Amino acid sequence: MSSTRSRVPVHALLLVAGLLSLFPLYWLVLTSLSPTQYVVKVPPEIVPRELTFSNYQRLFETTPIVRWLVNTVVIAGVITGFHLLFDSMAGYAFAKRRFPGRKVMFWLVVSTLTVPAQVTLIPVFFILRTIGLLDTYPGVILPGLADVFGVFLMKQFIQTLPSELEQAARLDGASEWQVYRHIILPLSRPALAVLAIFTFQRYWNAFIFPLVILRDPAKYPVQVGLATLQGEFNTDFGMLMTGAAVAAIPMIAVFFAFQRYFIEGIRVGGVKG
Amino acid sequence: MPATLRRHGSSYLFVLPTFSFFVVFTLLPVVQAFALSLQSATIVGGEWIGLENFATLADDPVFRQALGNTVLYTVVVVAAQIVLALVVASLIQPLGRKNQTFYRALFYLPLVNSAILVAMVWRWIFNPNPFGLANTALGTVGLGPFLWIGSSDEALIAVILSSVLTIPGGGVVLYSAAISSLPRELYEAADVEGAGWFTKWWRITVPLLKPTTLYLVVIYTILAFQVFERVYVMTNGGGPNNATITIVQLIYSTAFQFGRYGLASAMAVVLFLMAVAVAVVQFRSLRSDVEY
Repeated sequence: MSSTRSRVPVHALLLVAGLLSLFPLYWLVLTSLSPTQYVVKVPPEIVPRELTFSNYQRLFETTPIVRWLVNTVVIAGVITGFHLLFDSMAGYAFAKRRFPGRKVMFWLVVSTLTVPAQVTLIPVFFILRTIGLLDTYPGVILPGLADVFGVFLMKQFIQTLPSELEQAARLDGASEWQVYRHIILPLSRPALAVLAIFTFQRYWNAFIFPLVILRDPAKYPVQVGLATLQGEFNTDFGMLMTGAAVAAIPMIAVFFAFQRYFIEGIRVGGVKG
Repeated sequence: MPATLRRHGSSYLFVLPTFSFFVVFTLLPVVQAFALSLQSATIVGGEWIGLENFATLADDPVFRQALGNTVLYTVVVVAAQIVLALVVASLIQPLGRKNQTFYRALFYLPLVNSAILVAMVWRWIFNPNPFGLANTALGTVGLGPFLWIGSSDEALIAVILSSVLTIPGGGVVLYSAAISSLPRELYEAADVEGAGWFTKWWRITVPLLKPTTLYLVVIYTILAFQVFERVYVMTNGGGPNNATITIVQLIYSTAFQFGRYGLASAMAVVLFLMAVAVAVVQFRSLRSDVEY
């Protein structure tokens, strides 16, 4: 029914919508590359006249942005690593093993999937204060390991794996750990990729928990650091946008590198954040 | 019990790491949030005070404002997100695999960045200066200038617009996957009867997508209830006269700026109950019409 020509308006409409969505990102990068006099220019210019890296130079010289980026990579990286291990282990047990309490435990896990994270913010703050982990990296990392989305994702995936290989391995005398390590883990690679990307993105972008838990600006992840820059350089838009661009570029690179896992992740795991 | 442990010990070991973190940092905190909401917990200590915190909230104009703003934001943003996701997914469906992949990626790309970054840009776009970007753009069609985040009447509109003007890529992907798996026969039957594209879309596609729609409404509603970063960054955490204050923003400031942990926990309980109510409504309506 629809010829190629009748699709032109549809493409045009979709592209306009897409570009509108992308506009904040474009504006961010553009402003970060504009000389200061154009940043404050009125009316604003949508197409740049001159590009410079001077904002980047100023940002790296006057703010601890590099430290914040390193903090973010460490925090998000460690949380992601632990999730890959722990969630695949739990997912395997919930999907393939039969043990008393399995149903209750899994039901508890699933029933908290829709609880807004902020509900636990104050109690977690108290717990960390009691065990002396406020304002420490473990204080930010440990609560991140409680997030059960990955258990759910891994269980759903591992459930679809055929059981013959495991049974054969068991007959050959493999221990439960060996079955998990040498059969389940390699077969779960696609799900692990989705989990890694989603977890890393989630903790790269985390804000309210680190904001509450950390006091020392040297320990901030980049999102929290940026928010403090906003207070400091309220009128220096060039600097602010440059900081935002520096925080955005790694996630955009990750997106382009692993695009199909992002899309796959939404299909399997639903919209999460 | 020892026999059970011997037989199933390894299973428990596999679940143990995740489950212990889950118990310590999710399950117990949820319970504790309820307990704290019944206490006068402040920096100096506290005692059980029953439902007093909730009574305080009911009389507090700032909390009522936060509740109203959160609900208004949620209703407008979720409605817009569902409609946009549905329309965009329907539009990209007939375009072939290659185009679909391209558009799914195009619409998802803006969402990989944090709310903080995006809000920093929107704060600038909606700045009150007559030469701000939004004002300049609207000025070309003879509108404005508006005060946006500088005005107690317009700040919330700016925050809502910042969400509405982004295509919800996740919803597009889910709708798009759901549309691909709809049965072809119904459309063929409709073709035989000479139905136009709009009739087919409105009478076949939209009703068949109801389960996906319900799922997305719930997810997007619960996410919208938690709106915080935009308000925190765009309007310095509440805007002029608390014009943009939301529940999470108020939980944050009540607990961590004013040290009134009990009162803030009562707000968290309200937020929790709102999320549960939405999830229950979804569960009910899914149960009432599973077959189509």
